[in-house]
Amino acid sequence: MGETITVTVNGTAHTAEVEPRTLLVHFLREQLNLTGTHIGCDTSTCGCCTVHVDGDAVLSCSTLAIQCDGREVRTVEGLQSEDGTLHPIQQAFHENHGLQCGYCTPGMMMAAVGIIEQQPNATDDEIRAALEGNLCRCTGYQNIVASIRAAADQMARS
Amino acid sequence: MIPSTLEYTKASSIDEAVAAVAAGAVPLSGGQSLMPMMRLRLAAPHAIVDLSGIPELVGICEDEDEIAVGAMTIHREIAASELIRAHAGLVADAAGGIGSPQVRNRGTIGGSLGHADPHSDMPATLIAAGASVIAKGPNGERRILAEDLITTYLTTTLEPGEIITQVRIPKSDDHSAYAKFHRRAIDWTVVGVGVCIGDNGVRAAATGVADKPVRLSAFEAVLNGGGSLDDAIAKVAEGIEPHAGLDGSVEYKKHLLGVLARKAHGEASSR
Ligand SMILES: Cc1cc2nc3c(=O)[nH]c(=O)nc-3n(C[C@H](O)[C@H](O)[C@H](O)COP(=O)(O)OP(=O)(O)OC[C@H]3O[C@@H](n4cnc5c(N)ncnc54)[C@H](O)[C@@H]3O)c2cc1C
Ligand code: FES
Ligand code: FES
Repeated sequence: MGETITVTVNGTAHTAEVEPRTLLVHFLREQLNLTGTHIGCDTSTCGCCTVHVDGDAVLSCSTLAIQCDGREVRTVEGLQSEDGTLHPIQQAFHENHGLQCGYCTPGMMMAAVGIIEQQPNATDDEIRAALEGNLCRCTGYQNIVASIRAAADQMARS
Repeated sequence: MIPSTLEYTKASSIDEAVAAVAAGAVPLSGGQSLMPMMRLRLAAPHAIVDLSGIPELVGICEDEDEIAVGAMTIHREIAASELIRAHAGLVADAAGGIGSPQVRNRGTIGGSLGHADPHSDMPATLIAAGASVIAKGPNGERRILAEDLITTYLTTTLEPGEIITQVRIPKSDDHSAYAKFHRRAIDWTVVGVGVCIGDNGVRAAATGVADKPVRLSAFEAVLNGGGSLDDAIAKVAEGIEPHAGLDGSVEYKKHLLGVLARKAHGEASSR
């Protein structure tokens, strides 16, 4: 039983048929082939699947695709500009070695953009606290915090 | 995992939502408890009704005596509300500490109460603050004291077809605070205590120490009878039998109750 929804993803409107039970993360990965958004758990705890819906960082594994009918979704693929220039958060992760295996990285970056938008002057401690919903099994978080710090400073300057 | 097959409707009014729930649909608010349960197939509702399209359910306003918080108001808004901070600081404390920013961007006060998890932060603080819940069902609207809402694990006194539409928090000059212990950042609370100190005495409630949030009656009685904080802490677990679990033994939870009651009382007094 498909339902027709229209979701704007990274600026492009997509009309598609989904089952009501389809999770946003599965819609993005399997129907739109936007596989940058990862799935890391079954319990809504890892943050790998973080995307923005109408500007808020949310878990795409805990949102139904059908709930996003008529809404705007931004995924990691939507961070860089059309000419290929990296978003400051991507540039900062690159320069500060903010990733190792990269599995958590899309979710980290989407959460990070949410943090910078909500708290542009966040201290390092506040950044750490705000990352409570994003797990990384590789980096030890130091360089992730450094990356977010660098991106926040860069975005404040520009 | 993928949730099992379901029908989805999005209600555009409270009456439409009530009609759907009366017909057997399960209300979906922020989905921060329901969706994980559906993914694990611990819940497999055949129909859900999304409450996110009902404007009356969102927002915080006030009248003479109370703050009215719409059931769909998200934790982030509650944590940031000056009004709630001014009259019931412990509720803002609790909302700001739930899960992660992603969870607080979606999870709602109505969903927290409706879910009735015995480790949830919001219900205990609302009980300590003397709040009430407005429920609407096929037979109309009624007011339920937050203290009378939750009966045991994941169970409320809501009648079939009823949904929570609003939470009403009394405006008070009480000084209040919420203190909790959890193991790692995103983990649920092991034990949490909310304390309100005002002209009418002390009220306190805890989460994580029973099958539902509980008033700390013995603690309140000592302080309201003029006793010392030390004496009140000594009695804090009287009448309370926490369950032992992976998150701690009975003795450990009783110990936490004392530590956190002291902490919340201290923070409330210093505000
Ligand atoms: C990773 C993670 C960590 C979390 N940590 C904490 C924590 O530390 N402390 C804490 O308190 N909570 C925590 N939560 C839970 C969070 O607070 C949820 O937001 C809350 O429990 C449910 O609210 P919701 O709006 O998401 O409800 P939903 O998930 O949509 O619904 C939950 C239940 O309530 C019912 N319901 C929803 N709305 C209503 C209504 N208006 N009337 C009647 N019934 C209703 C639903 O049918 C369902 O059974 C966490 C969640 C996650 C995913
Ligand atoms: S996949 Fe782990 S939080 Fe969404
Ligand atoms: S870089 Fe490997 S999980 Fe974070």
